[in-house]
Amino acid sequence: MSDDREAILGRVRSALAPLTERAALPAYDTEIAVLRQLLANRDPLAVFADRLRGVNGTALTDIPALVKQLREGKWLHGYCDPALWPRLAPHFGPEFEVETVYDRTRVDDYAFGITRAAGGIAELGTVILKDRSTSHRLAALTPWVHVAVFSRAELFVDLPQAIAALGDDPNIIWCTGPSKTADVEGILIEGVHGPGVQIALVLD
Amino acid sequence: MKFQQIDQFAAELRADTRAAVYDGSKKGHEKRTKLLFDEYPDPNRLRVLAGQVKQHVIENLDTYLPAVEAKLKANGVIVHWAATADAANETVLKIMRARGATKMVKAKTMVSEETELAHFLEKHGMEALETDLGEFIVQIDHDHPSHIVKPIIHKNRREIATSFEKNGLGAYNDDPQTITRRARQFLRHKYLEADVGLTGGNFISAESGRLVLVTNEGNSRFCLAATKCHIAMVGIEKIVPRDRDLALLLNLLARSGTAQDLTVYTEFISGPKSATQPDGPEEMHVILVDNGRTEVLASDCRDILRCIRCGACLNVCPVYRQASGHAYRSVYPGPVGAVLSPLLMGDRFKEKADLPKASSLCGACQEVCPVNIPIPDLLLRLRDKGKQEGLSSPGTPPMGAWALLASQPLAWKASLIGGRLMNYLPTKLVPVPALRAWEAKRTLPPWRGGEFRKWLHNRPPKT
Repeated sequence: MSDDREAILGRVRSALAPLTERAALPAYDTEIAVLRQLLANRDPLAVFADRLRGVNGTALTDIPALVKQLREGKWLHGYCDPALWPRLAPHFGPEFEVETVYDRTRVDDYAFGITRAAGGIAELGTVILKDRSTSHRLAALTPWVHVAVFSRAELFVDLPQAIAALGDDPNIIWCTGPSKTADVEGILIEGVHGPGVQIALVLD
Repeated sequence: MKFQQIDQFAAELRADTRAAVYDGSKKGHEKRTKLLFDEYPDPNRLRVLAGQVKQHVIENLDTYLPAVEAKLKANGVIVHWAATADAANETVLKIMRARGATKMVKAKTMVSEETELAHFLEKHGMEALETDLGEFIVQIDHDHPSHIVKPIIHKNRREIATSFEKNGLGAYNDDPQTITRRARQFLRHKYLEADVGLTGGNFISAESGRLVLVTNEGNSRFCLAATKCHIAMVGIEKIVPRDRDLALLLNLLARSGTAQDLTVYTEFISGPKSATQPDGPEEMHVILVDNGRTEVLASDCRDILRCIRCGACLNVCPVYRQASGHAYRSVYPGPVGAVLSPLLMGDRFKEKADLPKASSLCGACQEVCPVNIPIPDLLLRLRDKGKQEGLSSPGTPPMGAWALLASQPLAWKASLIGGRLMNYLPTKLVPVPALRAWEAKRTLPPWRGGEFRKWLHNRPPKT
């Protein structure tokens, strides 16, 4: 409401009018917030894998390892981004049923969802999903297992670097491990509304 | 003996609720401290810096608010302003009606708790479903959250299992995993049927107009993946100057709130979904909400507007741990609430004037605050405000007699002798009700009056 706009801005201006001096924006280097010791002299991908494991996720670097994990978890029916499927399909056996069209009326059918990620952050074990490269927001969220696929070159070292590269995509989400809650007596439970298993598949 | 309201509530609190709140908050605090000090050589430098960034914002809101508005509009967001809680609720209702929407899924937002949005919408025939597990349980229980980030810290699993059973969410089962799975199954279909997703906003960048949302459960993401319209209610103080400031604040928020390096889902939203994306909102609204904030800005307690709602001050506070969140009778409990809640009452300050007094001023709240708010200082200012307004303090012993003694040296000396006599007199016989109430829970130490004077007279001469 435009009246409310004028009212609020008017009150803000009169609230601040008596201040003779206003707090300045401090100059600082975002490096202060980076866990540099953790990253020093290490392969960012190794740090990424460690950090993702730290939040109960898994980083894989080859397709057969992914297929093996899906088979062992008995997650045989899922969705895969059609752009990724040609590369992955040869590794999936006939026991799998993989759809390349996501149907939101059957959310409970998909045990896994394989989608393209825009990259990762080594410092935190985070995968980055951007609207323009994610085939379906829901396919990355509703299945029990989410597999985020990105290439080694797309891995950022630290959080400030990833912030600087947010770019102009209207919706970016950083996912750090599986969905979780501790609302009931502080006990950690994974897989609340989103995936209970978060896998990052980092390919060359 | 009548206490002030918050003390009365604490005195009557059920033992198991007290234990749940105490354990939950203590654990949260210990994990937070360990994580921050393990990872950073000097976490205090980060806190102080983040405090300066936020203080800069609130002291320059007159330029930042129009700047944020312009960025949001340029990003294709429809911007609304709401001076009051009613105006904010009405705006949401109007947006829903214009779209012919009847069903809303809600992520956790403190400002919508302030405006009691869900109740308001239900009264007007809309469905407004809370999706954060804790908030969902609060909603089906017709209860109130008692913590900023852990809304059901006061409940145990048996109570939750009972309310699930009562609400048709399966036979009694108090296993936390089963409870969570049942909520997952029930809520996912609700998201998919909903017309509108409502969220708050943890930060808005003035540089890019990005709205930043953090959650762990993934419920806000689900709201924004399943529905076609996104409404964000955001307090006017949530601005950060630049995207790079998020690096500092996101790191501090997750560590301070839940002892995580980063929340599981950190979402950066700068408008409706991209054209190539099949899921998500085609329309995005941001409602900039005042609801008392400009009054806080005009007061000498404006520093409280730095708050990023992490809940660390609740977890560390000895009063919160004993009294629980409901004792504060407010959306914001704990130390931050003891400052903010009475101020947000505006000219009904009086109703919550007891909150600033429920503190030992130990300073732990400021020590853990990720934006270094001088909470003890602000509490004192509000105590003074209460005093200036002549508000009474039931349960507080009158200080007039003390003031008289302290200003008359002879009377003071006489009282020292009287005090010494008390060591020989059973305190149960002392005819001061306030002292007796105090003694009911504590033991009075032996009187040692006069020691300072003795020391002063006998101290060695200056060399």
